[in-house]
Formats: sequence, structure tokens, C-alpha cells
Amino acid sequence: MSTVFPPEFAALEPFADWAVPTETARYAKRIASTMDELDAFYAVAFPLLKSGTAYLEHVSMEGISEEDKHLLWLFCALVTVAFPVEAWRQPRVPDTGAASIDAVFEPAV
Amino acid sequence: MAHFKKPEEGSWTEHLKIDTEPVSYEDSISPEHYELERDAIFKRTWLNVGRVEQLPKRGSFFTKELDAAGTSLIVARGTDDEVRAFHNVCRHRGNKLVWNDFPREETSGVCRQFTCKYHAWRYDLEGKLAFVQQEQEFFDLDKSKYGLNQVHTDVWEGFIFVNLDPENTTPLREFLGEFAQGIEGYPFHKMTQAHKYRAEIGANWKLFIDAFAEFYHAPILHAGQYVSDEARKIQKYGYEALHYDIDGPHSMVSSWGGIAPPHDRSMVKPIEGALRSGLFGPWEAPDIGIETENLPPAVNPTRDKRWGMDSFVFFPNFMLLIWRPNWVLTYHYWPTSYNTHIFEATCYFVPPENAFQRLQQELAVVSFKEYGLQDGNTLEATQSMLESRAVTEFPLNDQEVLLRHLHNTARQYVSEHQQRTSGAPAAS
Repeated sequence: MSTVFPPEFAALEPFADWAVPTETARYAKRIASTMDELDAFYAVAFPLLKSGTAYLEHVSMEGISEEDKHLLWLFCALVTVAFPVEAWRQPRVPDTGAASIDAVFEPAV
Repeated sequence: MAHFKKPEEGSWTEHLKIDTEPVSYEDSISPEHYELERDAIFKRTWLNVGRVEQLPKRGSFFTKELDAAGTSLIVARGTDDEVRAFHNVCRHRGNKLVWNDFPREETSGVCRQFTCKYHAWRYDLEGKLAFVQQEQEFFDLDKSKYGLNQVHTDVWEGFIFVNLDPENTTPLREFLGEFAQGIEGYPFHKMTQAHKYRAEIGANWKLFIDAFAEFYHAPILHAGQYVSDEARKIQKYGYEALHYDIDGPHSMVSSWGGIAPPHDRSMVKPIEGALRSGLFGPWEAPDIGIETENLPPAVNPTRDKRWGMDSFVFFPNFMLLIWRPNWVLTYHYWPTSYNTHIFEATCYFVPPENAFQRLQQELAVVSFKEYGLQDGNTLEATQSMLESRAVTEFPLNDQEVLLRHLHNTARQYVSEHQQRTSGAPAAS
């Protein structure tokens, strides 16, 4: 597997490990990361999300390709990473201690 | 200064004929009171245990652990398409009939019969005992008398309800009352894209309903969720609802907000601006075949143009939130002891057509989770200090009217049940 994402999003290849299929795993990766790692991912991925709106709108969920699936999952990870980067300035939600809310059912893609 | 009109009595609380005195939370910190609630409420009222989409075909089933009612249920779609619920117990020696790996964990699947892991007694989807291992060894066993114990089951707008009281005679729709009647016709069946979350919360079940039945806390507890100018503005403004109402044991609050897109784009976080979505849902509402102004009458009951969402509390533990951008959120609170419960939240959307819409929904779901984490952890802090009993009376404001109603209702169920069962004889 040389490339994971559609060619337009080649800049994301170094962050391919963020293309994680479940919310539970994406959240786990977020809280296991440092702010430096989250900032670095966000700095590359967020501009591509903004410029990629038209592309994403043309990706039909029906019969979605493997590359687009990876792209979607990476941007789902960006959604959860945006909270520490834009609001909390720490990986965990402040004042939430050991509290957890776990996804028990979510869309397959 | 009020931003929204209140009833002519001057307050919602007085308008709804609820007293305004400080309240006690003894009902949320007493193990004895919790035992009474289990009997009076969870073994006797209609409880929502799921939706019909969880039973897509004949033979589909799921189990539901009802710790507060001291049982586990099998909910199944029969060969006749009927949805039924049974106590999850084999009639032979009392083994739990349907479970996988861990007896206390819920499971789901599709089958033609339920087979007991212990001695292979089998029951069909209608609960009839279909097969007994070495039947000839039993003594005049009449299989027709050993079907699964069925519980009252009914479906309202796709929501499956059970009632564990064999003597219950109140039909589901009568119990659900006017709010439910006024919601009927809302296209829940089009919102089949579900994201479901579960959390173990270290607080009494009513305290989490309290947290979601008032938005007075939102500008403060969740201040960090907003960009700072917006947080300051929201705190200064505080919170006032458009409308509160109660109907028997149930209640609702109708709220402004979620006006999408926001008037001032600098007030949203970058991810919200990029995805055109946020806690209130995607800014563009999908077509559900009904315009906002034509929604069923109980939804946005005041027909206010600023309407953002309605939050209905169906007693005892089912909350239904209908959001302006055409999506739905449900909360359930399943007690496991006087100071713990399982919290479930499910977001329902119209299935996304493209990857961008899928991301818009993801942001709404993840936003809910970030807020929920703040709420859930605060509750543990509340529970522990309520239990100190260092302070025993608490003033509630007018935006917290539904909390008074919930606790009053729960106490009333307990006292009425005590009167019925203590044999408190009618005056003779």
C-alpha cells in the first residue's frame, strides 16, 4: 500500500495512522497523543478539509472507495482532534477525570 | 431582564403550579429510597428499551438489562412481524436464556429459536417452548405451560416500550399523554443513521436528567466550548427557555438556539465553520418531507421563529430531543444503584449522501460527547457532596422548573405505591 488517500490529498500521507475506522479508536489515539502531535496533524489536515469541501461533497457514501474511506476516517479524526487544538489546549476534556463515554454503535463507514 | 416572555403568573414554576421552596436531594442519596423507586417506578411504568430499526427482520432480537427492575429482557421480532419482549429466563432451571460470554452484557442478533446454554431447551420467537431435551424423563410436562414469561410490549412511533407490571392496564399511548400525541407524525423512520454512546455515571439517575432538563448551566460549565468572545456574550446573556410545559409525569422545554448558520461567523470555532455544523447539528437541514413551520404541533409548540430544539422528558427515564436541523437525540438513564447509573445517548440522522454530510454529522456527535463528558464528571462531584449531607436544602430557579417536577413526580410514584402496598387500609 504505497498511498492511502486520493492523490489530491497526498500531503496527508505522513498522517495515515489517523485514518482510524471507529470513533472509540480515534478518541483513544487523541488522548494518547501530545499536544505537539495533535497540533502538527491539525496544521496539515485542517486546510485540506477547508479546501476539500467540494471534493468531499462529490464522494457518495454509496460504494465509497477504499481511498475515500481512509480520507473520511482521517477527517473524522480531525473532528475529534479539533477540540483539544481549538478549545482545550490539552488532549482530554478539562475536568473530566476518569469519566468516559464510549461509542457502542456507529455507522460502518 | 427577561429576554423571553414568561407566563402572566410571573414565572414558569408558579404557572405550572409547582412550589418554589428550596428542595431536598434526599431522594437521590438514600439507598432505601432507591429500593422504593425500583418497585414503584421501574417495575411499573412503561420504559423505552429501543427502536424498531434494531429489529430489522423476523428473528431479529436484542437483550436489555434492566438492573433497576431486577431483570433482563429479550426483545424480538416474531415470524408474524410482531415485536414482543420476554423475561430472559429459561423455564427449566432459571438460567439466563440469551447471553454471550458475559452474562451481564447485552447482546443482539438474528435467530429462529432461543436455545438455553444449559440443557438446550428451545423457545420459538413467540416465546413458546418448542423443544425439551429428553422430554420423556419429565413428569407429565405440558410444554404449553412453559413458554417464556412475556411482558407488556407496545410500539410508539417506532420506539419500543415495555411494562414489567403484569397488572398494568394503562395503554402506552395513554401513559405517554399529550406530548407524544402531539409529536406523532414526526418522521423518525427517516433518521436511521444512528450513533450510540454509553457511560457509567457515578450519580443518581435523576441527577443526570436534571443536568439535561435545564440549560442554565450551559453558558458556564461549557464556556470553554465557545470561542472566548462568544463565551463572554453567552454568560452575560444567561439562559432562558422559550417555553416549559408539563403533562402528568412528563415535561418538556422548548429552546431557542442552533440558528444556522450563526449570524456572526467569527463566533464559531474553525472546525464548525469549515464543516458548517456543530452541537446543534449540521447547518443545512436534510429534507424530511416537512418544513419546520409544519412540524407536528407538540414540536416547537409556540411556533417561535427563534426555535432551536425541544427536549421532552418522558417519565421516568427517556428523553427525546428534536432539533431544528432535522435530527433527533435520545437519552436513557438506567439506574444500577442509588448513586450509579448507565447513561445511553443515541443520535439519529437522515443517512448522509456524501462524505461531507457524514463529517457534518460526526462533528455534531463528537460535540455532544465533549459536552456529555463535562456533564457526567460534574455529576460525580455533585453526588459525592450531596451525600455528605453538609447542606440539605437547595434553591432552584425558574429555569430549573423541570427538575422540581421530576423529583416531585418520582416521590409521588413512591408514596402512592407505598399506600397501595402497605395495605394502608381505606378509612373504614
